[in-house]
This record gives sequence, C-alpha cells and structure tokens, in this order.
Amino acid sequence: MRALQRAVGVPRIGWLFVAPNLLILGLFTFLPIVIDFAYAFTGGAELYPGRRPWVGGENFATLFDCGNYLDPSTCRKDLFWRSIFNTGKFALVQVGLMVLFSLISALVLNRRMAGRGFFRGVFFYPVLLSPVVVALVWKWVLQREGVLNALLASAGASPVGWLTDAGWAFFWVVFVSIWAHMGFYTLILLAGLQAIPRDLYEAAEMDSASPWRRFSRITLPLLMPNLIVVLVLGLIRAVQVFDEVFVLTGGGPGSATMFIVQFIYQTGFAESIRLYGLAAAASLVLALTLLVLTLVQLRLTRRSLDNRAVSRDA
Amino acid sequence: MASTAPGGLRWLVARRGVARADWTDWLSWGYLLLGVLLMFGPVVWLVLSSFKTPAALSEFPPRLLPYGQKSVAVTGHADPLPVYRVKLPDGSVRELAELHRVGIQSTLVDPVAPEREYKVNIRDREPVRELAFAVGNYTEIFGKFSFGTYLWNSVFITVVATLITLLFNAMAAFALSKYRFKGRDAVFLLIISTLMIPPTIILVPNFLVVSELGLLNSLWGVIWPAVATPTGVFLLRQYMLTIPDELIDAARMDNASEWRIFWRIILPLAAPALAVLAIFSVMWRWNDFLWPLIVLSRSEKFTLQLALNAFQGELTTQWHYLLAMTVITLLPVTLVFAFLQRHITAGIASAGIK
Amino acid sequence: MQRFARRLAVVIALSTLAAATVVGAGEIRVQCYSDGNECEVTQDLAKKFEAQNSDVKVTIDKVPYKAVLEQLPVQLAAGEGPDIARVTDLGGLSKYYLDITPYIKDPKYWEANFGKTLPWMRPSPSDKGIYGMMTQLTVTGPYVNKTLFEQANVPLPGPKATWDEWAEATRKVAKATQVPFAIAFDRSGHRFAGPAISMGAKFFDAKGELVVDDGYKAMAKKFYEWNKDGTTPKEVWGGTGGSTYRDAFEEFANARVVMYLSGSWQIKRMDTQIGKKFDWIAVPNPCGPAACTGIPGGAAFVALKRTKNPKDVGRFLDFLASEPVYTEYMARTENIPAHEGVAKKGVDYKISPASRAALSTFVAEVPKLSPVAYQIQGYRLNRAIFNPTAARLGQAIAGEISLDDALKRIAADAEEQVKAAK
Repeated sequence: MRALQRAVGVPRIGWLFVAPNLLILGLFTFLPIVIDFAYAFTGGAELYPGRRPWVGGENFATLFDCGNYLDPSTCRKDLFWRSIFNTGKFALVQVGLMVLFSLISALVLNRRMAGRGFFRGVFFYPVLLSPVVVALVWKWVLQREGVLNALLASAGASPVGWLTDAGWAFFWVVFVSIWAHMGFYTLILLAGLQAIPRDLYEAAEMDSASPWRRFSRITLPLLMPNLIVVLVLGLIRAVQVFDEVFVLTGGGPGSATMFIVQFIYQTGFAESIRLYGLAAAASLVLALTLLVLTLVQLRLTRRSLDNRAVSRDA
Repeated sequence: MASTAPGGLRWLVARRGVARADWTDWLSWGYLLLGVLLMFGPVVWLVLSSFKTPAALSEFPPRLLPYGQKSVAVTGHADPLPVYRVKLPDGSVRELAELHRVGIQSTLVDPVAPEREYKVNIRDREPVRELAFAVGNYTEIFGKFSFGTYLWNSVFITVVATLITLLFNAMAAFALSKYRFKGRDAVFLLIISTLMIPPTIILVPNFLVVSELGLLNSLWGVIWPAVATPTGVFLLRQYMLTIPDELIDAARMDNASEWRIFWRIILPLAAPALAVLAIFSVMWRWNDFLWPLIVLSRSEKFTLQLALNAFQGELTTQWHYLLAMTVITLLPVTLVFAFLQRHITAGIASAGIK
Repeated sequence: MQRFARRLAVVIALSTLAAATVVGAGEIRVQCYSDGNECEVTQDLAKKFEAQNSDVKVTIDKVPYKAVLEQLPVQLAAGEGPDIARVTDLGGLSKYYLDITPYIKDPKYWEANFGKTLPWMRPSPSDKGIYGMMTQLTVTGPYVNKTLFEQANVPLPGPKATWDEWAEATRKVAKATQVPFAIAFDRSGHRFAGPAISMGAKFFDAKGELVVDDGYKAMAKKFYEWNKDGTTPKEVWGGTGGSTYRDAFEEFANARVVMYLSGSWQIKRMDTQIGKKFDWIAVPNPCGPAACTGIPGGAAFVALKRTKNPKDVGRFLDFLASEPVYTEYMARTENIPAHEGVAKKGVDYKISPASRAALSTFVAEVPKLSPVAYQIQGYRLNRAIFNPTAARLGQAIAGEISLDDALKRIAADAEEQVKAAK
C-alpha cells in the first residue's frame, strides 16, 4: 500500500478507491448502453448484435412515423405514443399529488405527540414492500369480488370494475404508486422540517406573524431544497414506473395504463418475435428524455440553494 | 405560548405542544388514523385472506375472517360430509349433511338420523360456515414448492450483495468526498447519472454481458450487477463530507496508509450512514424481481420474489397459495421493519439533513 | 492495497468457479411446465428411466408457463438453457432444435406414430428431421355449465348448432339463472382462430402469406359485438394490456359464465377445481358457414441443439415415446394421445365420469378439424398473428380504438413481425 501510495501520490489514490464501483458500473451499465446503440441501429430478431443486419435509422423512423403527433391513433407505433402520453400524464399527476401528500404528512408528523415514531413507521412501511407484493395486495382489494366492492355492496351501491375501467384503472395506478412510495419522501421532508431552527418561528411569533405567513416565509423557503430533491427523485422514478403497474393492470384495460417502460419490455421481451432494435431505439429516446429532465432539475436546485443561502443571511 | 392567531393554519407550523387539544389536533389525529388504515389495512386484509380456503376466497361478498364450510362425520360414511342450512318444503329450516348433488338436486341427510334422505333443489340450501384457519395453505406450499431453496437463494443474495455494496460504495464515497483528483466531479456526475437509467433499457444487453461472463443461472449473476448502487454512493458521500478533514490529516501525519485511514477512521465514523445503506440494500436485494427473472431460469435458483411472481402468472391461478406465499415473502421485511424502524426513519432523516 | 487487490482477485475467481456449472456426461436437464400434473408424472417416469439406465441422470426443472414463453427463448438465443424443454411455440423455437434421428432406436416407429405432428417442429416444410415428441394432442373446444341449462329449462343445442344459435341459447340461460355472462373465450389468438376458421377465415393468401380476410373479420365483428352487448365479459379480453395471456377459467368455475371456449388441456383442472360443484360438459365446436372446427395443438418435449449429451437425450425421448410409457403418461395426465398407436388402442383413463365424457367429446373433435386449422398451427410464425389478435381486439373491446382500426393494425403488426423474423 505504501509503495503504491508513493508511486501514485495520495490524491490519485482516490481513483483506486473508486475503481471497483466504476468497474461494476462500466460492465453492467455503460457497456450495455453502448450495446443498446448497436441494437438500435440494427434490425431482425437475433439476439447477438453481430448477427443483426444494419438498418441505420429505420427503427427511429418507425417510432416517429406519425400523421399527427398529438393523436396516437395516426401513428404507426401507436402503442409507443400512447405510452408516452400516459407516462407524461402519470408523472405530472402522481408526482404532484405525492409531493403534496408527503408535505402534509411531514407537517402532521412533525408535531409533538405521542407515538410519533410509530406513525412515522406506519407511513414508511409500504416502501419496504416489493413491487410484486404491493401490486398483489391491491389487486386483491380491487378485484371485482374484492373487499372494496364488498364494502360498496353493503352500502347498497353496485360493484365497480376498478381495474377494468380505463379511468379508474389510471386512478388506482396513481394511488397505488403514491401509497408505495410516499413514506420515503415524507421522511426526507420531515428531516428538512426538523432542520429549521426553532428560534426563527419564535421570532416570527414575537412579531405577531400569522400562521400562513410563517409557513410561506419561513417553512416553505427553507424547505425548498428538500422539496426540489423530492420532486427530482419523484419525477425520475415516475417516468420509469413499471413493476407494480405491470403486475396490477398489465397495461390494461387496452393500453390505458401502459407506460413507456412496459412498451419497451413488451417489444423486446414479451412478444414471441422480439424486436430488440425497436425496443433499444425506444430506450434511447427515454434515456435522452430523462437526461434532459435531470439537467433542468439540477439547474433549479442550484438556483434554489443559492436562494436559501441568501435568505439565511437575511 | 397559546397563539392568539385564529385556529386556522396553526397546525402547518411546527410548534411546541399545546396544552389543550384543539381542532387542528383532532384533524391531525384523524389524518394519522386514516394513514394507519390505508397503509396497514390492505396488508392486514391480505394476511387474513391468506388463511381462507379456495371456496371461501371465491365467495362474494367476502367475510372478514376466514370461514370454512362446516363438515360433520356421519355414521356409515368414511369422509365427513359438508353441512348446509336447508329450507325444506314444509317451511322448516334445518341443518343437514349433503350426500351428493346431481344437476340441480341435492340429496341430504340428518347427521343424527341418517336413514331418512331429503331431496332438495340446490337453490334452497346454503353452506354452514365456521371459523377455520386454512393453515394448509402455508404448510402445503412447503410441500409443493421447494420453499427452503427459494428462501436460501434470497438470503444468500441479500446478505452477500449487501456486504459487497457497503464496501464498494464506501470506498467510492470516500474517494469522492475526501480526495481531490482531476475528474473527480465528472466521476461523481457519471455515477449519479446512472440513476436515470431504468433497468429495462439495458436488460437485453446486460443479459448478453452476464451470459458472456458465464454468470447466467448463478446467484453471483444477480449479485455483481447490483452492488454499485449510485444512491448508496450519494448517501455515503453526503455523510462523509461532514467528517472533519483534520482527523484524516492527523492520521496522515502519523504515517497511516490511506487504506488504514479508510478502514480504521472513516468507516467507523460513517457507521450511521452505513447502517442506513445496509437496510436499504437488504430491502432492494430482497425485493429484486426483474433482473433475477432474466438471469435465473433454473428453478432451484429462484428467489422468493421469482417464485411468487411465477405463481401469480401461472395458467392456474390458485389465490390461496399465492396469498400465503405473498405473506411469507413480506414477512422478513416486516420483521426487520418492526425491530429497526427507529433506525431506518432516523437514518433517512439524518442523511437527508446533511 | 495489495491485500485488497489480492482479495478482489480471489473473490472474482471464486465467483467464476461458482458460476461454472459442470454438466457431467450422462446428465440431462429437462425444463418442464405443467398444465395439470405433467411435470410430476414426467419426474416419476424419469426415475423409472434412471432405474433402467443407471448411467444417466435426468433432472426435471419445473417452471411456470410464463418462463417457457418469455425466458427460454432468450436463454436459447444466448446459447444457454436445458437439454430438453416442454414448449408450445413449436415453430417459433425450431431453429434451436436438435435432430434426434441418429440417436433414436427406430425412426420409422416415430414416423408411424407421430407422423402428423412431427412437421409442426420442423424449421421448414422440406425438412424431414425428428425434433421432439408431443406430450399431448390438444383440441380447442367449448365447455358448458349443464346445471345452468337445466335450471333454466333450456335444451342444449345440438352438435351442428351454429355460434349464433349457441349465443342465443346461452343468453337465455344466463337471463333465467341470473348469471352475468353467456360466453367467454380465453384471451388468446390461438383460441380465437377456431371460431374464425369456422366463419371462413383462411389465414393464408394464395402466396402463403398471413392475411386478415373476410372470414376472420366476420368472427372479429361477432366477438366484438358480444363484448359490447354483454354476452361476453369485457374484462377478459379488454381488462389487460398487450398480448398477455389470460384465461377465463375462474369466470367459468365461479358460474359467472355459461359457456367457455378453451381446450382439452383444462380437463384435469376442471376436475380438480370444479369437481362436483356443478355439471360441466364439453360440447362439439359450434359451426360457422365454413366449418365446425377447433384448433389442434399441444406441448412437446423438444431436443435442443445446445445439449452436450445428444445420445442420452435420444434415449430418454425414446423411452417416453415407447407405447407402455406413453400410455401411462396419458392415463395419468388425462391428455389426448398424439401417439397414433396408443390412440388406436385407447387409454384406460382412471378418471371421473365427467372427465371421461369430456375427453371423449374432444377426441371425437379431432377428425372434424379443418385443414386450415392444421395449417395455421403448423406455421412456424403463427404467433405473428395470434399475439396481435389478442392485443388489438383487446384494445377495441376496451373501447380504445375502433374495430376497423384494430383489424388494420393486426395485419400491420403481423406483417412487421414476419418481416423481422425472416
């Protein structure tokens, strides 16, 4: 070790420490992405890129072959576009609602009361469950002969096809996704709330500031970095939603709850004739979108952090 | 201390405890209770349902508690006969045991006086239920499916992957927080950028890579690709940034090697963050589903999640076994949660602050 | 640092060792999925084989059907997988099969007894190789809840009744007995093909290419209307996405539908799960203007090219194909034999009277199968039209796209997949 240290110099030892991680990432993340390009520009149904015929940008052309980009039914790959619109809708709605409820939950959990630790645990519990379990738990409840319909029946209403009606299926997909992940974000916001110094609130009280003022002038700005983290992480995850939705609705009814990752999975795996090229092309489109999203968010984070520094000094 | 501001939005602001309970407290309690119901309710329902027989499961509306049909031994018959509540033609209602059913006619006898047979339309009878826990759902699983093997595979993957994850991520976090080398920020960004890559995108190429490395159908094929978690690096780095540099400088002046510094100083100091990562890693690896599904195709290598998913997608959906398996699969995580809940929530909170 | 590097090297070495699974000479792996109890029976028979051939070890891997559909093809493409597998996509995987003609005792015996089904596994029509053994012959056909007919006092339609007549009768029964639905199909293009052919679908045009013709469209329209007017439960075809397989067994078993189009492989399951709850019977395939047909099919044990023990693979398959073993296999799994010799002699099924009656109904369907049915079943790329049928008709039934759009897209999807697979 010492000899190595002397040879490389202490600062560059850092490379050695980070090497194992980079090796794994390189082998199992970056290399596959490169191979993905190989798939995206070739056609046929063979697995080995070497055996696939070169088709250039044909896969991308197929994906983007649309009469009217706003109407999926005019597109050659209508399912691709439907899944994109569904994903966009889902990301906005789910993240918006989840951040809202996480905030409310964090505010409630921040109060001094008995059993606070227990309640925190309660909200966090679903985060620990696997997507398959989450989906099965809710599938069991939402089935035509499930307990939800039973409660409705006992109240005199008629049973509803919760998962077989397009509108309801989408609602439940959003609901279950929030249910399964909210706890994690609640805790992040809770940590942020607890980091806000008490004396700020006491000072505000002495100035007879109204509760709303206290919230909007103290809580919200100081919590902003955490809120942005929650928003960024939430959005990134929402765009990649797959596991629990796939088990819960399989993308149905029709393709009402089909999201982009399921489209990729289906094109590349689930069909008997696998169109790896098309799946890879769609993957790259998705990766690009996520990259843009993240860069935009990083911009916002930096700006908000600067703001926080400013408000602190003030 | 008691605010003179209108009750309104006081609860939005973190306050010291108020002596008297006002409506905002009730609102909060209500919200929390609703939370408990929503978060725990479905799981509790799942557990209760897992103790029901297939017949009870297909009943609608479902009963809360597991009920099975009562059966009674009748002299002259080897097996116990199912009991029904029957409306007889003369208007009386009696509990009788069914001998057999043909078409729409059921033949029943009085268990006490089995000589007399009653023939009744199946519409006029309904099953008599009693509380019965179909423990068989659980015990039969162990017999039907190599449960022990699946359990071992899940445990092996989880434990080994977590240990390696802790080591590799801590090393990387150490490098990224305590060293200044050219390209350090680029490396960090590179690692974080992999967060944006949904595993499905690289599924097929990854399969190719793993296959070429000869790791298919091996538990290691599931472990190795999973250990370089960017979230772990992020978490640990955040924490390590708060470790004062003076400690490291002092150790260097004492002529300690870099590895020693890492192993003897940094790791112990980063213990809380390591604990959080360990818990996360255990959770992630235990719940891993899509990737093991691709890598492991020999049934003796299946993890619990694979086995669970396999049976949910089977041609024959047997909910009673499925439910029991689901409960068993979520049991370890639930136990970990119950015992370590404080650490988990505190850990995330502290990591979040920094 | 050196210590660490050394440790890393050891770990990598160990892991590669752990990964290398050495398949010894005389060892074969069989990947098997069960419709009912096929894999258990196969395991018993494998033990008998091992007793007679002490130098061979046979391991049966029980996997769910999903794994065979989704994982096996990827494994085989990467050069991995078992030595023998029980598969249903006979044509789609044919490029991975091993010709066992040099490894079996008497190829003529195989030709004589399995001649009709051997072509299904051949990569091209001119090929004459022997690639596997059908573990059953299945036929699609409807099951009916006779108890409901009795309760409603409606007579069962006769053997030559058309789909429309059956629809009318079952609707009457459903109304009288307050059962929500009349007819249900499994969500599968394979199931749909039978009625489609009966309505006149030919599936292939003059050039031998897949085509969505008027007969197909007629059946699609009929099925679509049934879903719309409540004859058929929407959630089976419309409730899930993509080309995911979903059967309507639960609906039938819970007496929520009067008539259920599935196939002969469900008999054991009907016996086990429904038993005596109500009288379930199989009925002959309803007629259309062109035929009264179902689709033949079945799963086969296929030999795979990648095996390192082709001799033992041949021996094991020879064993399974021998008359006494095959007869036992059929009797215990309650399947229709694909082995002509066994079929002629008849199998002594030790099963309930209901199962026996259903089985004989299905067996009687075999001679009535239309040649188009054999043609589409034997076509290597039949999934190219079966999968989109389920996906697109499902979308139409869910109300997402119009029926016309669905039909157009089925044709487009099929064309795209065939092109890619050529």
